[in-house]
Amino acid sequence: MTEVALQVSNLTTTFGHQGTAVTAVDDISFDVMPGEVLGLVGESGSGKSVTLRSIMRLMPQHSSVTGRVLWQGRDLLAMPEPELRKVRGGEISMIFQEPTTALNPVLPVAVQIEENLRAHTTLSKADRGKRSLELMDLVGISDAKRRLTQYPHQFSGGMRQRVMIAIALASTPKLLLADEPTTALDLTIQDQILKLILDLRDELKMSVVLVTHDLGVVAATCDRMAVMYAGRIVESGPVADVFGQPNHAYTRGLLGSVPRSGTERSPLLSIEGTPPGLMNRPTGCAFNPRCEFATDRCRSENPVLQAMAHGHEAACFHSDRVKAAGWAGS
Amino acid sequence: MSLYFLRRLLQLIPTFAFILLVVFVLVRLLPGDPVSAILGVHAKDADVARIKHDLGLDQPIPVQFLFFLKSVAIGDLGTSIQLKLPVVSLIAQRLPVTVMLTVMAALMAVLMAVPLAFIAALRRDGAADSTIRGAFQVGLSMPVFYLGLILLTVFGARLGWFPVGGYGEGFIDHVYHLFLPAFSLALSLAAILMRNLRASIIGVVDAEYVVFARSKGIAPLIILVRHVLRSALISTVALFGLSVGTLLGGAVITETVFAIPGAGRLMIDSIYGRDYPVVQGMTMALAVVVSLTFFLTDMVEAWLDPRVAR
Ligand code: SF4
Repeated sequence: MTEVALQVSNLTTTFGHQGTAVTAVDDISFDVMPGEVLGLVGESGSGKSVTLRSIMRLMPQHSSVTGRVLWQGRDLLAMPEPELRKVRGGEISMIFQEPTTALNPVLPVAVQIEENLRAHTTLSKADRGKRSLELMDLVGISDAKRRLTQYPHQFSGGMRQRVMIAIALASTPKLLLADEPTTALDLTIQDQILKLILDLRDELKMSVVLVTHDLGVVAATCDRMAVMYAGRIVESGPVADVFGQPNHAYTRGLLGSVPRSGTERSPLLSIEGTPPGLMNRPTGCAFNPRCEFATDRCRSENPVLQAMAHGHEAACFHSDRVKAAGWAGS
Repeated sequence: MSLYFLRRLLQLIPTFAFILLVVFVLVRLLPGDPVSAILGVHAKDADVARIKHDLGLDQPIPVQFLFFLKSVAIGDLGTSIQLKLPVVSLIAQRLPVTVMLTVMAALMAVLMAVPLAFIAALRRDGAADSTIRGAFQVGLSMPVFYLGLILLTVFGARLGWFPVGGYGEGFIDHVYHLFLPAFSLALSLAAILMRNLRASIIGVVDAEYVVFARSKGIAPLIILVRHVLRSALISTVALFGLSVGTLLGGAVITETVFAIPGAGRLMIDSIYGRDYPVVQGMTMALAVVVSLTFFLTDMVEAWLDPRVAR
């Protein structure tokens, strides 16, 4: 087995002050292997985006992040700011859901690419210009020279996402954290952007953590997946295994809500009820009010992740019954 | 950008035309009439008629307006009734003083507001924030003339650091003489700008594009200046432009307190003396200054925010 690229252990993120603090990410752990695409799946509010931001220490004031995020042997959560700045953008980059708000509207694209290069490379000004052209080319934007001088509002949604990817990848990071990178785009553009990310993964030999609520995206792009619910990872494993045999009632529900054939992708919300808010997590398994398998034990005790076959893990007391029930698609 | 510049420049033409019309109408709405101001109330009817004819006041209003336009076009704004000097030369003599006072005040206000807004916004709800905001609250609620008098008494009369009035000779001396008046004028503007900028910085520091910028690992100072300040300044620049009118109004009062021979003093004296040609000319000149300021701040705004200049 190869070395782990990123090792997240016991990551916990809370908002607010002691006493009134709410927990958005609750003691989660996962690994990312070199060159791997890991899907982090869940409904909105499940803590998946907060997880990415916590890894990069990009949470707003009044939040606290504990646990360990090991990146090439160093703990990102413990390292001093200047050192962290070298990792950010240089070794680990992030792209966001909404390129419209994530790109600075008042700066030309060239400036936004070059400031990344300036921070992480020793390239001269001329070389940075050359590299910017290359990057635009790499992400499939033609007429690069002219487009570099333009502002984000002069690009279409899909092109804007390509610009953001070009900025993020400017200094050839080894890990890309992608926060719902295609959600704001329409379907055909979604596919192009996902394909672009996969191609770049191969070309730059980087790992990707892809946050999404879209299981279709996971099936099409990811090697492994982790399902999040109410701030915890409830099931994880190789995509084929999880899709073939869900071990957690929530995962089973999610898979059941995705249409089997055709290209139409629906949002995940066809499990009855809504996910719990941060303030009112149910005791026991957070999924129990919506779970058809729930028993008294589920309402009092919180299940922990148990190892199944092939690196497949699930946190459910009644995996056996869930497995036996199968799912609509299997 | 250059297209926007041209378009905005052309817009100044109707603006100036409108200013002329308003000034013309306003002066005719003022109470009292210029003839009795010139001749006194006991004048003979024949003299009144002669003066009226000389001033063109016996013509129909539209014709008077055309005469007015014509004389403005050839740079003749009439002669001061009280001072017996051409209004144009009075403006040339007095307006620069007021403009300099206003520019100094504006500069001081910006130099105070920007760094303090940053400190207040980044230490939001902390001790520094409360102190800065409290101090400016006081600055904002104190009338300019009162503040001016205090500064004058303490730093002018008592400590003798600054002159107690006048304008001095030469640029350096002007700056020295105008320091206290400009400062007292600047304080309330600084308070307004600071509050606005603080709020917009707070709105911007957590913006998605700032988070993205941080995720690129660039230096904190670049993030603050390039990403936060630049965007936050956009609304403050607009507010600044709008405040210049108020600032000129304040300058009139300040000039009186500090005995500065500027446009404001002249204006007040002329209004009391019913010196209509001067009032008319000065109003026009000040209106032109204000609209030029709008033009300038629009340009700065367009430079800060390229979306404006589309
Ligand atoms: S632990 Fe219980 S409530 Fe939770 S998913 Fe499993 S069966 Fe449902």
